Amino acid sequence: MTAADEVLLRERFRITGSDFEHGGEVSARIKSILKEIGIPVEAIRRLSIANFEAEMNVVMYADEATLTLEVFSNAVRVEVADRGPGIPDVEKAMEPGFSTATEEMRARGFGAGLGLPNIERNTDEFVIESEVGTGTTLRYRVSWS
Amino acid sequence: MKLNDLSEKLDLKAQTRIFDREISGVYISDMVSDVIANAKAGNLLVTVQIHNNVIAAANLVDIAGIVVTQGKAPAEDVVKMAEKAEITLFTTEMNRWQMATQLYEAGIR
Ligand SMILES: Nc1ncnc2c1ncn2[C@@H]1O[C@H](COP(=O)(O)OP(=O)(O)O)[C@@H](O)[C@H]1O
Ligand SMILES: [Mg+2]
Repeated sequence: MTAADEVLLRERFRITGSDFEHGGEVSARIKSILKEIGIPVEAIRRLSIANFEAEMNVVMYADEATLTLEVFSNAVRVEVADRGPGIPDVEKAMEPGFSTATEEMRARGFGAGLGLPNIERNTDEFVIESEVGTGTTLRYRVSWS
Repeated sequence: MKLNDLSEKLDLKAQTRIFDREISGVYISDMVSDVIANAKAGNLLVTVQIHNNVIAAANLVDIAGIVVTQGKAPAEDVVKMAEKAEITLFTTEMNRWQMATQLYEAGIR
C-alpha cells in the first residue's frame, strides 16, 4: 500500500428521507471536517456541491442513506448508499433538465434536473449504481495535487 | 464593498446582524442547484427562494449575504440559521430586477 492509498479518515453519516428540515446538514458537517483537515479550498467547494446534491436527492427521493466519507492524502472519496425506489433509467436521470420532482419540491427551488449533472461536473470520478425497488448508490472522488 | 456600506446605500432591511464581510459580486437565482453550482464565494445572492436548504447551500459555497426580494419574509428559524452561519440576510420590497439595477448603480458588478 502506498501513502496515497492510505485512508486518513473514514466517517459515516446518516441521511433521512423527506427530512427537508435538516437537508444540507450532513454536507455542512463534512465541509467543516474537511476545512479542519486543511483540504484545498477548491476541492472543498467541489465536494460540497456534490455532497449537497447527493444529500438533497436522498431527502427528496429515497427513504434513508448512509454517506461514507474517506479522506486520503490527495483525494476524498464519498459513497452515498440509499434504501429507496432506485432509478429506472440512470442515463436519462443524468440528462440536464430531467426531473421527477413534485410541485412542492419545485416550489422550493428544486427540480431543475441539475443535481446529478452538478455531481458529475464537480468530481473526478462518478459512478451510479441503482436497482429499482432497492436503492441507489453514488460513488465519487475529488482529487488534488 | 462591505455589506454594511451596501445596507446604507440601498433600501434594505437587515434581518440578521450585518456581518463584517466584503461582497465580491452578485448572483441572482431561485433554483437551488443553480445557486450552489454557480454562485461564488463572497457573492451576494438575490432570490425569492428562502428556506433552510437555501441557507445550507449558501453556507456551503461561502455566500456572503442574501437579499430576499418581493417583500417575502423569511421564517424565524431560517433567520436564526443565517445568523449562525454568519450570512447576512436582508429583505426588500423591490423585485429582482429593481434590486439588480440598484446594486449595479451602487457599484457592485
Ligand atoms: N437517490 C435517488 N433515488 C431515486 N431517484 C433519484 C435519486 N437521485 C436522483 N433520482 C432521480 O433522478 C432525477 C434527476 O436527479 P437530479 O439530477 O438530482 O435532478 P432533480 O433532483 O432536480 O430532479 C430525479 O428527479 C429523480 O427522478
Ligand atoms: Mg437533485
